Amino acid sequence: MKRHLLSAADLTRDDAVAILDTAAELARLADRPIKKLPTLRGRTVVNLFYEDSTRTRTSFELAAKRLSADVINFAAKGSSVSKGESLKDTALTLEAMGADAVVVRHFASGAPHRLATAGWIRGSVINAGDGTHEHPTQALLDAYTMRDRLGGIEGRRVSIVGDILHSRVARSNVLLLHTLGAEVTLVAPPTLLPVGVGSWPCAVSYDLDAELPKSDVVMMLRVQRERMNAAFFPSAREYSRRYGLHSERMATLPEHAIVMHPGPMNRGMEITAPVADSVRSTIVEQVSNGLSVRMAVLYLLLSGSEPAIGRDDETEGA
Amino acid sequence: MSSFIVRGAAPLGGEPTDLLLADGRIVEIGPGLSAAGAHVVDAAGLIALPGLVDLHTHLREPGREDAETVESGTRAAALGGFTAVHAMANTSPVADTAGVVEQVWRMGQEYGHADVRPVGAVTVGLAGEWLAELGAMADCPAAVRVFSDDGKCVSDAVLMRRALEYVKAFDGVIAQHAQEPRLTEGAQMNEGEMSALLGLGGWPAVAEEAIIARDCLLAAHVGSRLHVCHVSTAGSVDLIRWAKAKGWDVTAEVTPHHLVLTDDLVRSYDPIYKVNPPLRTHSDVEALRAGLADGTIDAVATDHAPHADEDKDCEWAAAAMGMLGLQTALAVVQQVMVDTGLLDWAGVADRMSIRPARIGRVDGHGRSIAVDQPANLTLYDPSAPWVVDGDQLASRSRNTPYRGRELPGAVYATFLRGRPTVLDGKIA
Repeated sequence: MKRHLLSAADLTRDDAVAILDTAAELARLADRPIKKLPTLRGRTVVNLFYEDSTRTRTSFELAAKRLSADVINFAAKGSSVSKGESLKDTALTLEAMGADAVVVRHFASGAPHRLATAGWIRGSVINAGDGTHEHPTQALLDAYTMRDRLGGIEGRRVSIVGDILHSRVARSNVLLLHTLGAEVTLVAPPTLLPVGVGSWPCAVSYDLDAELPKSDVVMMLRVQRERMNAAFFPSAREYSRRYGLHSERMATLPEHAIVMHPGPMNRGMEITAPVADSVRSTIVEQVSNGLSVRMAVLYLLLSGSEPAIGRDDETEGA
Repeated sequence: MSSFIVRGAAPLGGEPTDLLLADGRIVEIGPGLSAAGAHVVDAAGLIALPGLVDLHTHLREPGREDAETVESGTRAAALGGFTAVHAMANTSPVADTAGVVEQVWRMGQEYGHADVRPVGAVTVGLAGEWLAELGAMADCPAAVRVFSDDGKCVSDAVLMRRALEYVKAFDGVIAQHAQEPRLTEGAQMNEGEMSALLGLGGWPAVAEEAIIARDCLLAAHVGSRLHVCHVSTAGSVDLIRWAKAKGWDVTAEVTPHHLVLTDDLVRSYDPIYKVNPPLRTHSDVEALRAGLADGTIDAVATDHAPHADEDKDCEWAAAAMGMLGLQTALAVVQQVMVDTGLLDWAGVADRMSIRPARIGRVDGHGRSIAVDQPANLTLYDPSAPWVVDGDQLASRSRNTPYRGRELPGAVYATFLRGRPTVLDGKIA
């Protein structure tokens, strides 16, 4: 694997499979009374969050702690950043503190890329979501969930529905799922599809009802209500009618198909409560799988080729 | 006043000859010239061009002297072969009064590296609400003839119409930064495959083209002069070609960077490539080169936009837009236009001196290399490759996209009214 995880495009098929396999191995830890490995003891992981995200930050924090790394949470709010400190100066500070990995969530697309390539720090950079660009660990946990539920990803048909234009989750999923051999269709009103989407390795549809019967996975994306003000669609009601997933629509899915959502959800907007809470929904599993996947990413980036678990749990990793 | 013999230069790349410069003018042209007391400049192998004129320079003074000053910017201009530059109005305070434009003009006079022609703002504070006192700026010693809210578009159609009409009284021209504001809200780069991939807000070509189309029609309607700043799309070239075919008084410029760099470079998220209008696609670059070659685009203008390190050494979204251009412009034009056979040196003189001077109504510049013409000259060595070192440029800023790149030729000397401002590649 490369030194950083900035984009799902950074991952070869072998890389992605190695992460998913390692995550599966690490998931076994959850069943143990002591849910901790010494693998990253002495390593420092910094969670650098310029954007609020309790879910992702907590997931990374717990993942690092379960591998015994020292974890520093650095939130922009109330920190030197709110006093006007630049990303460069923050990075130099983290470098001086000896950060081995920086997990960065940023409102600006490309900020993790800049952090990794500008020569400000030497540690690994993990993109935990940047602007409307990418969220590669979300795509990895989604792939993990699909593989777990469906037994494999190759040849599966995945429909990603909603605000593709502003979705970092969709971008990362398209790239990763294509690498893993799935057939992805993006489903959205034309206003919520990027202009250059024609060159992406996926199909595009404006018609959710036409896609559902042939989908093994339907992934609903959160629609922000403020998009209405910018005329991306006429009203919440119309959006829900055309692109919302409700029980009747869910019934047109094949029997084995699953419903995913990266959260947080707008219940009643893109997904109704009965769908979100149904047995087909993997929404809660996605959260717990996220922990295993992020452990795997941290482990593989920071610790290399040593076995993650299983040889001797009490032996320190490299 | 000293006199100079420029020995063995090739005017516009033609046959080598000698030029005798005295009293600020070219007094004799021919082989084997001699004159008592004249300094001799060995110009064998050099091309003589009329001193370059830039229609679009940001000197940052007053207000951002940390990024550039009139002194440092005009030094960069002279080193780039320019004898006159138009200083854009988006300073702080904005150059929207006679006082500010006269201050900038006087600083140019004082430092003497190049003539500075201030550009006046079209609207007060560049706010797009009220016309600035265009007449006062035209009548003051700076004698402003080019007006622009560059960096911002005069998007209100009525205001644009009035501005075009009003400047006819003193032979002015409105230089429009064509950017439809609503279509470019949140824009970070060219809208297309790359913006979709990178998750950066798209700046669609149509946002430039829609304004150009509207302004051409307005200029034709009121019978005034329109100049389009830094065109960047193939569609814009088509529109300007159409307006010219109609016989309308529309001119346009293109920057060197839009002739060579594409939006593919943004893949690096390196803000050195963040510029407004954004870098476009390969086919846009091809169309811009063709438009410049056939004269549809009148001028190469640098849009020299210095920025302090802290405004560029950051994440893409936070970075300022713009790049340096004065010292690299001629070499880039050689590389993409001359060495590719699209333009000869006479064409370069036309697009980088003669037409820009005419558009900006700059007296004494942009003349042919002939006896009795003002001795504003650039001596250029087309066979002097150099690797751009951002730290060695004269600008106070270092935001050049060409850092580490090799360019094919270099300015050897620049003469302003018979006096060298640059000699042997250094400030004289």
